[in-house]
Amino acid sequence: MASVEQIDGTGPSGEDGVRRRDFINIAAVSFAGVGAVAVVLPLVDQMNPSADVLALASAEVDLSAIQPGQAIKTTFRSQPLFVRQLTPKEIAEADKVDPSTLRDPQTLEERTVDGKKQWLVTMGVCTHLGCVPLGAGEGENRGEFGGYFCPCHGSSYDTAARIRKGPAPKNLEVPKYSFTSDTAILVG
Amino acid sequence: MSFPWAEQYTPKHPVMQWVDEKLPLPRLVYNAVGAGYPVPRNLNYFWNFGVLAGLALVIQIVTGVIMAMHYGANDLVAFGTVEQTMRDVNAGWLMRYAHANGASFFFIVVYLHIFRGLYFGSYKAPREMVWLLGLVIFLLMMATAFMGYVLPWGQMSYWGAKVITGLFGAIPVVGEPIQTWLLGGFAPGNASLNRFFSLHFLLPFVIAGVIILHIWALHIPGSSNPTGVEVKGPQDTVPFHPYYTAKDGFGAGIFLIAFSILLFFAPNFLGHPDNYIEANPLSTPAHIVPEWYFWPFYAILRAFTVDFFFVPAKLLGVLAMFASILLLFFLPWLDTSPVRSGKYRPTFNKFFWILVIDVLILGWLGGAPAEEPYVMMSQVAAAYYFAHFLIILPLISRFEKPLPLPGSITEAVLAKYGKTDGETVAVPAE
Repeated sequence: MASVEQIDGTGPSGEDGVRRRDFINIAAVSFAGVGAVAVVLPLVDQMNPSADVLALASAEVDLSAIQPGQAIKTTFRSQPLFVRQLTPKEIAEADKVDPSTLRDPQTLEERTVDGKKQWLVTMGVCTHLGCVPLGAGEGENRGEFGGYFCPCHGSSYDTAARIRKGPAPKNLEVPKYSFTSDTAILVG
Repeated sequence: MSFPWAEQYTPKHPVMQWVDEKLPLPRLVYNAVGAGYPVPRNLNYFWNFGVLAGLALVIQIVTGVIMAMHYGANDLVAFGTVEQTMRDVNAGWLMRYAHANGASFFFIVVYLHIFRGLYFGSYKAPREMVWLLGLVIFLLMMATAFMGYVLPWGQMSYWGAKVITGLFGAIPVVGEPIQTWLLGGFAPGNASLNRFFSLHFLLPFVIAGVIILHIWALHIPGSSNPTGVEVKGPQDTVPFHPYYTAKDGFGAGIFLIAFSILLFFAPNFLGHPDNYIEANPLSTPAHIVPEWYFWPFYAILRAFTVDFFFVPAKLLGVLAMFASILLLFFLPWLDTSPVRSGKYRPTFNKFFWILVIDVLILGWLGGAPAEEPYVMMSQVAAAYYFAHFLIILPLISRFEKPLPLPGSITEAVLAKYGKTDGETVAVPAE
C-alpha cells in the first residue's frame, strides 16, 4: 500500500506530515480564488458612475447676470445648485451671528471664497431628507432668516445658508469650486 | 420528510410509471402538496396565507413580465411608456393596476402570515429554519417592491429612491461611495433606473427559489397547528389533498374577490397622486412618503431626532430601522417558552395584541408628516417595539404559567365539538 500512496502523492512526505497533494490543493484553490476576485472586481465596479456621468461631474456657471440679492438655480451632478449674490445687508446679517451659537458652526468667510464674500454657492439639497429648499427663485419664501426655507419639514437657513431652525442637522453643503474669471465659476 | 402513514404515490398509467422511473417529479409534487403530505386536521383559516402569498407572487410575475414587454427602462421615456401602457396597450391598464395593487395584497397576506407565525409560535423549534427563510423572503420582497416603485419614474419614485439610497449615505466614511455605487451617479438617474429594472425582474425568481427552500424546511417537521401540540399519530392528520387544497381554494376565492374590489373600484386608493407627475430633480414633493407597507419601518427611521454621543441622529434612525427587521432573526431564541401557541399563554396573548396595535400605530405614524406630535409618538411606539422583543418576551417566557395543553390534536378537536374519544383523552398532556 505504501508504494501506491507514494505514486499518487497521497503519502506523507517529510517529517511535518504535509503531503504533496495538500500543497497542490491549496495552490489550486488559491489560484482559483485570485481568479474569482479578479472577475468579481469588474462585476462590482460596473455599478459605479460611468464616464458619461462623470463627465457631467463639473459645471461652469456664468455669474454676470446675477444682481445683488438675486439667486439662480442650476444643476451640478444632476442635483440642484444655488448661486446667490448677497447684498451688503445680507452679509452684515450673516456676520452678526456668533458661530458658536449655531448647530453647525461656520462663518460666512469659511463658506465663501476669499475676497468674494458676496458669492454664496451651495447645493440646493436640504440636509434633512434631501428636499429642494425654496428661496433661489424670484418671490419664493426665504424663511424667517432670509436665506432658504425647506417646505418639507420647515428647516430655515440664514443668508449664509446655515441651518438656524428646523430638523436639518447641517448647513447647506458648499461644493468645491473656483473662480475662472471675475464672473464665472467652475464647480466640481 | 413525512410521517410513516403518509399515502404512497402509485402511478397506475404506464406513461406515468415510465415518467416516475426517469424523473419522479409528479411524485415530488404528490408528496409536497398532494395526498402524500399529511397535515394536522385542525388548521384554521390563518393557515391559508402561505398559499395566498404564493398566489400573489404568481400574479406579480405574470403581470410583471407582461408589463416589461411594454416598458422602456430609460429616464427619458420610462414615465411615458408607463402612461402608454395605461392608455394605449390593450388591457395595459388592467396589467398595471393588477401589478401595483398586487404588490399591496402580497404584503397584506405576508403580514398576516408573519403575525400568524408570531401568535402561534410557528418560529419555535423545530421550525426555526422555516422562520429564518421566511424573513429572507420578506427582505427580498422589500427590496423588490422598493425598486419596482422607482420604475414609473414619477415624483415619488424619484424622491423615494433618493431618500432610501440616502439612508446608506448616513453610514460613516463608506456611506457616500456606497450611495454613489448603488445609484451609478450622484443622484437617481438613467443608470439607477436601468439597474433597478434589471434587479426588479430578477429578484422575484430568487424569491421563488427561497420559497421552495421555505416549504422544504417546513415539510421536514410538518406544518404546525393552532394548538401547538405536535402530531402524535395518523388520527391527528388529514392528507393535504383534497382537504387543504379545498380549504386553500376557498381562501383563494375570497382573496381574489377582495383583490378585484380594490383593483376595479379603487385602483389608486393605495397609491400616491404625486407619482402621476414625472420625476423632476429640481422640485420636491411637499411630503415624501414610501408605499404603505413600509410605513412602520419609515416611522422607526424618523423616530431618531437627537444625536447620541458621536452617532448622528440620521445614522441611528437607519440602524434602528434595519435592526427592527434583523431582530426577528433572533426571535426563536428570545422566546424560550416551550409552549408554542398563544392560545395557551395568557400573558403572552395580551402582549401579542399590544404589539399588533403598536405596529399599526407605527404604520399610521410612518404615513404622517414628520412633525409633532407624530415624532414623539413614533419614539414611544418604536421604543415599545424593541422592548417587546428584547425585554418583555424573554421575561414572559420565564415567568408565565401556561394553561394546560390538550393531550393531542384529536383531543382538542373533539373537545371543541363536545365529543370525547376515550383513547386519545387517556394520553397525558406533556
